[in-house]
Order: sequence, then C-alpha cells, then structure tokens
Amino acid sequence: MSQVAANTVSLSWYEASARQRIDALVDAGSFSEFIGPELREISPHLSIFDLPEQFDDGIVVGRGRLDGTPVLIAAQEGRFMGGAFGEVHGAKLTGLLRAAHALKEDVLILFDTGGVRLQEANAGELAIAEIMRAVIEARRAGINVVGLIGGRAGCYGGGSLIAGTCSRLIISEQGRLSVSGPEVIETNRGIEEFDSRDRALVWRTMGGKHRYLIGAADVFVDDEALAFRRAAIDALKMHGRCDVAVLEAEQARLARRLQRFGEAEDAVEIWQTLGIGSPTDLPALPTGAFLRAANDRETADDAR
Amino acid sequence: MEKLSFRLAAPRSAGGTRAQAIVGVVASGNLEVLLERSLPPDICTIDIATAAHGFGMVWDAVVRDFAARRSAGGLRISINDGGARPDTVALRLAQGVRKIEEPER
Amino acid sequence: MTLDEILASLFPNGRKLETTDTTIAGQAILPDGRPIHVLGVIKGQPLGVDEAITLAGRVIEIVKSGDRAPILILVDSASQRMSKRDELLGLSEYLSHLAKALLLAEAEGHRTIGLLYGGSAAGAFIATALAAATLVALPGAQPAVMDLPSMARVTKLSIDVLKAKAEATPVFAPGLDNMVLSGGIHVVWDETAPLAPQLAAVLQRPRGQDERSRLGAERGGRRKAAEIADRVIALAAAAHGRAQHG
Repeated sequence: MSQVAANTVSLSWYEASARQRIDALVDAGSFSEFIGPELREISPHLSIFDLPEQFDDGIVVGRGRLDGTPVLIAAQEGRFMGGAFGEVHGAKLTGLLRAAHALKEDVLILFDTGGVRLQEANAGELAIAEIMRAVIEARRAGINVVGLIGGRAGCYGGGSLIAGTCSRLIISEQGRLSVSGPEVIETNRGIEEFDSRDRALVWRTMGGKHRYLIGAADVFVDDEALAFRRAAIDALKMHGRCDVAVLEAEQARLARRLQRFGEAEDAVEIWQTLGIGSPTDLPALPTGAFLRAANDRETADDAR
Repeated sequence: MEKLSFRLAAPRSAGGTRAQAIVGVVASGNLEVLLERSLPPDICTIDIATAAHGFGMVWDAVVRDFAARRSAGGLRISINDGGARPDTVALRLAQGVRKIEEPER
Repeated sequence: MTLDEILASLFPNGRKLETTDTTIAGQAILPDGRPIHVLGVIKGQPLGVDEAITLAGRVIEIVKSGDRAPILILVDSASQRMSKRDELLGLSEYLSHLAKALLLAEAEGHRTIGLLYGGSAAGAFIATALAAATLVALPGAQPAVMDLPSMARVTKLSIDVLKAKAEATPVFAPGLDNMVLSGGIHVVWDETAPLAPQLAAVLQRPRGQDERSRLGAERGGRRKAAEIADRVIALAAAAHGRAQHG
C-alpha cells in the first residue's frame, strides 16, 4: 500500500515528546487529535498550587492509522508534571478506551508516567481505576489494548497497573515498569533496602531488559520510534481474549514466577536461574545479543 | 503564576495555511507555544503564563524582537512557561512560526 | 467498628471465614439465605505479590465454580508493599492481576462490593476496593493516595500549606469525605444500624456502567472527568463515522 508511509528518520523514543512519538508511530499525516491544545482543556487544579498548566494536560489522544489500519492512540508527555495522571489527563484516556469498546477499534497507549499527580491525587487515583475497568471491558469485547513503554518518566505507580491490564506490552531498555519508584522505596524502607541513586540497580530491577526476561513485557525493541512502530503493527494482528482461561493462565504464570525467583536477592540471580551464561554482562548487551541471550526467558504467551 | 499580554504590530504575516501549531512542553526551563491563525494579518498577540515572576521587561524585549523579525502577522500566540531562559523562548517562537508554515498533509 | 463487629453485623445468619495476618477469605450467609463470598486485605497490612496472588487465586476459583454469588471485598490495608523484592518480581502485574480477576468476576455475573472499613492507599486501593463494581465505606475509613507528610515532601509544600489548600478542594487530600465527593465511594454506611440490610440494599441495585465520574460531577468533587470522557467518545465516534462514509 503506497499511501502508507511512516517517518523514516531515526528518532529516540526516550528523547522524543509525546507528539513526536505519535507522528513517528502512525502513517504519515493520518493522526487527528481529540480535544487538542487549542481547546485549552487545562487542569482546573494546578492553579491552586500556582503551578504551570499545559494546554493538553500532558496527554495527546486521537485517531490515526497504523499500516493502513485505524487505531486509537494516547500518548503521555513525561516531561510535563512527570506524565502524571490528573483529572483531565485521565479522563481523556478513559474516554478513548470507552470509545474503543463502542467503535471496535484497537488502542495504543504510549505510557510515560510517574503515576498519579499528587496535586489532584484523588481524581488521578479514580481515573486509574476507571481506565483499568475500561481496558478490561474493551478487551472482553475483543479489542487489542497495546502498551508501549520507553519514555523518560518510565511507567510507574498507577500507570504500571494500567499497563498490567493491557493485552500486550512493548518495551525498550529505557522503559522502566514498576509500582513504587526508587525514591519511594528508599524513603519508606531505607537506603539499605534500595539505593535510589544506584542507577545500575534501578535499571536492572525495573528496566526493560529485566521486565522482558521475567515475562512482564512481550516484545523488546530498540529505543527507536520505527522499532516501536513495527512492534505495534505486529501486536495489532493478535486476537486476544480476556476470560477465565486467560486469567487462570496468568495466575499459573505469576505463581510460577514466585516459585522460581521468589528467593532471589537481585535481578542477576534471576537471570542466572534463567540459564543466562554471563548474567552480569547482560545490561551492556546490544539488542541483538540480548535477544539471543534471552532465549530461555519467561514468556507471557497471551496469559495476561 | 504571572500573566503577561502583548498586542504587537507585525510587519510580515505568517506563511502557510495551517490553522494552528504547537511546539515545546511545559517543564522546568522549558515552555509550550501554541500558535493560532486567527487575527488580522498585521497583528500578533502573545499571552504568557509564566512560573517565573518579575521578568516582564525581558519578555517585552523577546516578543518585540520576535514580532519585528519573524513572520508572525495574524497569529494569536499563547505560552505556558515553566521558567525558560530568553534564548529558549526565542527558539520556541521561531520553531512555532516554522511549524505553522509547514505544508498540510 | 472492629472487623469482628462488622462481620457479626453483616452476617448474623452465619459465616465461615479464615483469617491470616494479612488476608481474610471464606463464605457467609445473606439474610435471604443465599451465599456470599468474602475476601479481603485486613489489619492495615501492605499488599504485596504474595497476598495479591493468593487473593486473585481465590477470585478465579469462585468464578470457575460458576455459582455467580456476590463477592464482598473487605479492605483495611496500607499501600502496596514498597520493597525491592516485590518490585523485582513485578508487583505491578500481581496487583493488576488481582484487579482483573475482580473485574472478570463482575463480568461473569458476580456482584462485587468493596467495603472499606480502615485504611487503604495507592496501588493496594486500586487493586482491591477500586476494582469492585460498587465501593461502600464505614465511617472512619481512611482512603488515601499518599499521606500528607509524604505529599509535603514531594510537592515541597509545608503540611500547614497543604492543609489550608485541602480546605478549598477535595481533589487531592486524603480522607473519606474527599473520596466520597470525588465519586469513588458510592455510599457511607450507618454504623449505628445493622449492616446486613445495608448490604442487601447495595445488592438490590441494578447492575450498570462505571458511574464514578458522574457521581463525582454531581457531588462537586470531580467536575470535569465525566464531561471530558464523554466528549472524547463523541469525537472518536465522529472520526470513525467520517472514515466509514468519507
């Protein structure tokens, strides 16, 4: 199909803005935004804290085409308020997922979030719950909801719980997926439990490679917009379900993970148990070599 | 937050046909610039909400220089600023004008 | 009310429940003689991978039994367990899995009712109470996203300043009243009256859509969410229609 053309320029997913990611992800010129910045639907709460607002409240939602197929897309802007979920931000994603269900269109969620926005914490927390419900209702109707994780803010807090409801997750090495952030663990449990300034520890505990190895993510890609695009196109060809059998399989998969790795003190021990030859070298491996080394990883196999 | 508004004569009208463009994000030391083609072609307005108080004179200089040198006529420009330096502001304004000139796809 | 008092008031007709240091599970009899499943996180403990997988397993067993009996989820927890081990093992998946199991149960015909009778926060709150179809609370319940001292650290505002701001808006500060105003809690029960009829009343409600954002708008604690979501739905439908016919 000749009209299908994506941006072919190299673009770091990690460095890109939400709008740049969408532009690079979808077929050229196919994206139209819902409630764009010109409508100035800003957060009604940030002014209470005398904080700057952003016209899109840190999330871009709309509809585009991916390799010719219509798809609904949401992209969080991790640099604005850490990509956190506030009332308007969250409601845009809730609406998009409910629309996906009603219109039978697949959804891509480009996560880049620290979790709930504390300045509107109650609204943000409820938005997370509403979004998770909307994801499951859409998935039960046969809709694919695919999460892409590789942004600056990672995918933390309530964002990580939403990611857990997705039918498929695509992650890059830079993508961090975790409920509590490094600083939160350190603050609550002490530096002996987790030294948030030990970047190597953060990456190997929460980063994309580890998440891919334990089966928390399905696809591992380079930090390249085109790699995310290719993986998303493949993910949309899946026909997922969300029924008792799937959750039973997930129960077995997560129970097995606890059994296999529950005593591990560090990610390196888990990688060793997986049979990886020189586990301490893993963080430095480029994508090709890493994927070969990851051959015996735990997989989700649609049990999510 | 401090609010500033400017209504400036613009010698050159903005090129292209796009109705709007947006560049930048609101973060520490950064800003977003929303440009909308909705004014007479010889006028440019700039409304600013900034986290850094007391820099009205600096903004005045930056936006006057921008309106005089770039093709900004007809543009209603709205800025949310997280405390960007003047050179960053000038860069974003220039990027914005270039973006609204881009051909529509 | 203590957990024992709550259970006695809810289920005067009998109950068979087992508790551990962190969870409760079992069955009870409703006033009309029908059974109800009871599950929960109790004693103000954090919710980690071990508790989440146990509870999710119970929910899945209930769904597989096919009895379609209601499920009551009792919640008095801390937040998610903040530890290296839990995050190393992928806590987000375990919490999501529990929430999904509860959502699945509802979709498969079980009424799911959350009863918040103590504290709960952040990921633990989302994975349990907020994953129920209807969430009710007892006076004295303390839902939170984050406690005010931690919030003060993160926002770099003093606790006094936060408390003053909390007077002006229900949108951020912890507490039952704020969560009710935001639409997260359907109703706060009267603890001076027997709880069994109040539970029966909730079970009588028709099944329906997620109405939390509408409640938040009506109660004034969350004025924008419902309207924004509805607008996105309308715009997506219009874009879909244009693509179909354009």
